[in-house]
Amino acid sequence: MKARDLTDLALRNLRESMLRNALTTLGVAVGVASFVAIISIGVGLQQLASKRLSESGLFDTIIVTPKTNLRGMGRPQPEPESDKPPRPLDEDARREFEKLPNVVEVYPQIRFFTEVRFNNKPFATVVAGMPDSSRNSGSFDGMQGSFFSSITANEAILQIEFAKDLSDQPASLIGQELVLRYAERQSLPSAGATADASGNSPDSPGGGFSIVPKELRLKIVGIVETEPAAGYGGFGNARLLIPLATASTLRAAQVNDLRDIVRDSGSNKTTYASLSVRAKSPSQVDALESSIKKMGFRAFSLLDASKSLRIFFTVFDLLVGIFGSLALAIATLGIVNTLVMAILERRREIGVLKALGASDSDVQRLFFVEAGVMGAIGGIFGVLFGWLLGRAITFGTNFYLHRQNLNPIELTAVPWWLILFALAVAILVSLAAGLYPASRAAKLNPVDALRYE
Amino acid sequence: MPPTDPAIQLDRVSRHYTMGETSVRAVNELSLSVANNEFLALLGSSGSGKSTLLNLIAGLDRPTSGSIFAHGQNIASLNSLELARYRRNTIGMIFQSFNLLPRMTLEENVELPLRLAELDRSERPARVREALERVRLTHRLGHRPTELSGGEQQRVAIARALVNRPKILLADEPTGNLDSATGEAILTLLRDLQSQLGMTIVMVTHERPLAEAFADRLAIMGDGKLLSTSTAKGLSQ
Repeated sequence: MKARDLTDLALRNLRESMLRNALTTLGVAVGVASFVAIISIGVGLQQLASKRLSESGLFDTIIVTPKTNLRGMGRPQPEPESDKPPRPLDEDARREFEKLPNVVEVYPQIRFFTEVRFNNKPFATVVAGMPDSSRNSGSFDGMQGSFFSSITANEAILQIEFAKDLSDQPASLIGQELVLRYAERQSLPSAGATADASGNSPDSPGGGFSIVPKELRLKIVGIVETEPAAGYGGFGNARLLIPLATASTLRAAQVNDLRDIVRDSGSNKTTYASLSVRAKSPSQVDALESSIKKMGFRAFSLLDASKSLRIFFTVFDLLVGIFGSLALAIATLGIVNTLVMAILERRREIGVLKALGASDSDVQRLFFVEAGVMGAIGGIFGVLFGWLLGRAITFGTNFYLHRQNLNPIELTAVPWWLILFALAVAILVSLAAGLYPASRAAKLNPVDALRYE
Repeated sequence: MPPTDPAIQLDRVSRHYTMGETSVRAVNELSLSVANNEFLALLGSSGSGKSTLLNLIAGLDRPTSGSIFAHGQNIASLNSLELARYRRNTIGMIFQSFNLLPRMTLEENVELPLRLAELDRSERPARVREALERVRLTHRLGHRPTELSGGEQQRVAIARALVNRPKILLADEPTGNLDSATGEAILTLLRDLQSQLGMTIVMVTHERPLAEAFADRLAIMGDGKLLSTSTAKGLSQ
């Protein structure tokens, strides 16, 4: 029998026992709906987490440091990835990084110890320069006040704990001024210019510098509760944030200055303790990281942590998927039951079909198509119900969050692959459920079937 | 006299069943030849094996031993797919209880064999109409079988059996559920169709007078064996 005739007959048969088949189909729909709703929560949570993480800049950023740095002090470190001699992390290197494919920006990590004077009282803390891109990182989402007005503004954003140190009413700090006292590095003329190319000779001291205390007045523009510049890639938690460009014009003495003086890179170019290289997306971090390593630098990223996160969510999805599938499994039994009942009822009809020349496979396919149609219709409604269920859960959650004065979130997500997957699962599971009834119907002896009353 | 060229040739055909521990010989070493365009009536008491024999010729059942040739083809050796094709193309069947599918209209019932034969959709309506015209039921195309009388239902069943233009029509007690006048009308119709279309008819019945009136030849069965065959005319004499 041709596919169209098979489908015609199957649909006609399904219409005849409308109530029973509709209930069976509804069972499939409920199974698929629970499956879709549960998976969509898993996917939604995963998207929420990865969105927050990627916004944080942790997973699309590679921290590049020179191969020889303070960490290696005192004991030699194996450098298995080295195929180039170590290079200084200077302006040239920075420009090279910027030219690498998929690089969004390269910026130095500028952090230094400082003393802040506010109301004539001293407070020690660490200052960090924030690149302009961090504006969109999500770290500043719930901040009081505003982000820096320009990339070179003499403005400061305080971390809430530090703001509490400064004042009992942190919010009142916005608009006020504080004084930043820091150590400016002033280069001395070069003492001996005989450094060899490797720059490693202890007999060739380069130019030194003197350190001069300086002050800078900053206007407090915002207070942030997160820690946008936690100790990652540097030292200590920075609790006072200033625009990166402002920070770099200060020429504040940094940790690597002392090292550079002792090691003497052989040039007078500014070197960086570390550079942050941001990739377009976390997926490009791996490739970027290895090409930077090949250039002779040490590079690392938190991508490994994100990988375990992805593994966690895969396992999570799998587990919730298994629970979601339980309902689908019960729906499958419904299909088996309905079709087995249909065989009993339609025994005589099967006999007639065979007497009229239907082959075993015609009969088998007829039942198969009926199962598949119930699966497909159940799947379509199931996806719809599942999506609605997800919307309802998100709505309920956001209602609760709203009452707690928290920002709404998108708890569930139904991506297109989930729709296709759920439909495919519904149809495949239904076909599998139809397997036994269909083969039973096909094997029916026509003589017995015709005799059946 | 019917033509001598055999449409059906049964050669020492047996069909044995096991029911529990006893073996039932429903058809036992039976040999029979049915000529082309012959109308044969199979008579016999209940359990004589006539319906089993009809099912064997129909390809709905397989013989335990022996061979069954239908238009030269040994159907005992066909696989199940070939047997289905044989039933579809060579055989038309009607039953005592009509066996129309109650959920389908007359038109759809008659169309069913065409669907199974994968005939092009565009050709089907004309074929269905032609078959229903032969049984004079074109005015009730859209009705369901339950809306018809027994005689009308049997006429639809005949139309369905003929729509694929089979060479052999097998009828299993076609008048069993009908009053005698309607039964006669049905057999008259069968006879007319046979002469118009030229086909072989094997009819199982236990109504001897009807068989004698309409069949070319009677075959009497008892205990799975052929007891006697004779021309209807000869018997009636």
